[in-house]
Amino acid sequence: MNFLSYLINGISLGSVYAIIALGYTMVYGIAKMLNFAHGDVIMIGCYVTFLAMSGQGIHPLAAVIISIVVCTLLGIAVEKIAYKPLRRATPLAVLITAIGVSYFLQNAALLLFGADTKSFSSVVTLPALKLADGALTISGTTIVTIAACIVIMVALMLFIKKTKAGQAMLAVSEDKDAAQLMGVNVNATISLTFAIGSGLAAIAGVLFCSAYPTLTPYTGSMPGIKAFTAAVFGGIGSIPGALIGGILLGIIEILGRAYISSQLSDAIVFAVLIVVLLVKPTGILGKQIHEKV
Amino acid sequence: MAMLEVKNLEVHYGVIQAIKGISFEVNEGEVIALIGANGAGKTTTLQTITGMLKPSAGEILFGGQDISKIPGHKIVSMGMAHVPEGRRVFAELSVYENLKLGAYTRKDKAEIAESLARVYKSFPRLEERKNQLAGTLSGGEQQMLAMGRALMSKPKIVLMDEPSMGLSPILVEEIFNIIREISAGGTTVLLVEQNAKKALAIADRAYVLETGKIVLSGDAKEMMNNDSIKKAYLGE
Repeated sequence: MNFLSYLINGISLGSVYAIIALGYTMVYGIAKMLNFAHGDVIMIGCYVTFLAMSGQGIHPLAAVIISIVVCTLLGIAVEKIAYKPLRRATPLAVLITAIGVSYFLQNAALLLFGADTKSFSSVVTLPALKLADGALTISGTTIVTIAACIVIMVALMLFIKKTKAGQAMLAVSEDKDAAQLMGVNVNATISLTFAIGSGLAAIAGVLFCSAYPTLTPYTGSMPGIKAFTAAVFGGIGSIPGALIGGILLGIIEILGRAYISSQLSDAIVFAVLIVVLLVKPTGILGKQIHEKV
Repeated sequence: MAMLEVKNLEVHYGVIQAIKGISFEVNEGEVIALIGANGAGKTTTLQTITGMLKPSAGEILFGGQDISKIPGHKIVSMGMAHVPEGRRVFAELSVYENLKLGAYTRKDKAEIAESLARVYKSFPRLEERKNQLAGTLSGGEQQMLAMGRALMSKPKIVLMDEPSMGLSPILVEEIFNIIREISAGGTTVLLVEQNAKKALAIADRAYVLETGKIVLSGDAKEMMNNDSIKKAYLGE
């Protein structure tokens, strides 16, 4: 019964990673860049939710919506100000800029919100589910997290498959010039991708802080890096890959913490990444990209 | 008034000048061939017209309006489609999804369905393979898809870049027949080709481009009998 409970917790943590990994993987797919500031958008989202709930006494759901709006705008602004001028620059320049944005957001948070640890109260008020005569307890946060992940995945798949904007995103990620020849506004499509990724980061952040309720300006970096690992694990650029990579990573982390060593759980996660990259460099669902001449 | 008029166009790649002040015009209903060797600037010219490249000087008038400063994605809805060199179909999308993207700028669903039916009629093989991923099509089928996709925007003029490239002689024949049909359907065609013989055979007029300059222009049939053209481009 313990194993089952660990497994469910793993899936729940993995769901958070998967939602964050979506942001990495979509932005990578479309802009061919690793947005290392993505994790810090999560942290900003958490602070916005925290301040709205504890400071203003706003209903948790409304606080989450405010946080989504703020993060979406932040994502668009970061893309416009920091990344768009580098559209034709070398990948290294973009990568270093992303790391710079990450430090900027962390230090801005330090300045705005202070260095002290805030204790985040869960936005989920759902009671825990007790199964098998109380031998298995699943917290409300866990249930909501897994449900949110499923809803987001299905909605995103439908959006991409069924809407014009979604098809434009696929077209731009495959061939920007050809997409433009179809009349697709490439810059607007890239903005939209950042907007969606950042909005999802806000949701992931709130769910993460509901499960692990300490909030500092550095809260976003670890889940950010792990979600990046999950995206690479699943095959960067692939949306189903982000889901599979995220869930597997969450399960590995929780089981590693439970059965091997709680101190080594992070090391185990990253060791898995190294092994995956050695065996299958493109990740589980990744495809070999052939450069066309 | 010419439908498309290029005036003293110059294009640079960094410090290298690829197009050195060319002027030409395309009238409504015409098939115009732009021929020349590799590196003459044919593709650069087309890419500049549809806004993929920015000119360093000159004007591009489409229906009397200068489009050289209009963002590329807005040019499609003005009635200009571009079948790019190398087809550039979206390999990860189905044939049907590729065609739908061709109609990206259009809103009227009934009209789009009508265009789709027309494309399927011209290219029955695309309808047979509508659910197949474009990347799995043969070269000839991909070329048909690229042309069909361009027609989905209901263009007044289609720019075609090397549609016969890499295709077998039978397919080349088929592709040129389709270009003839497109023209007969009332769409103006600006054709860039290395296969000068075929291009001159279906064109009304032609321009010869050599290292960024137009060196010769005139009636396509007359050009076929021009000795220097024969020697340089027709291999006779």
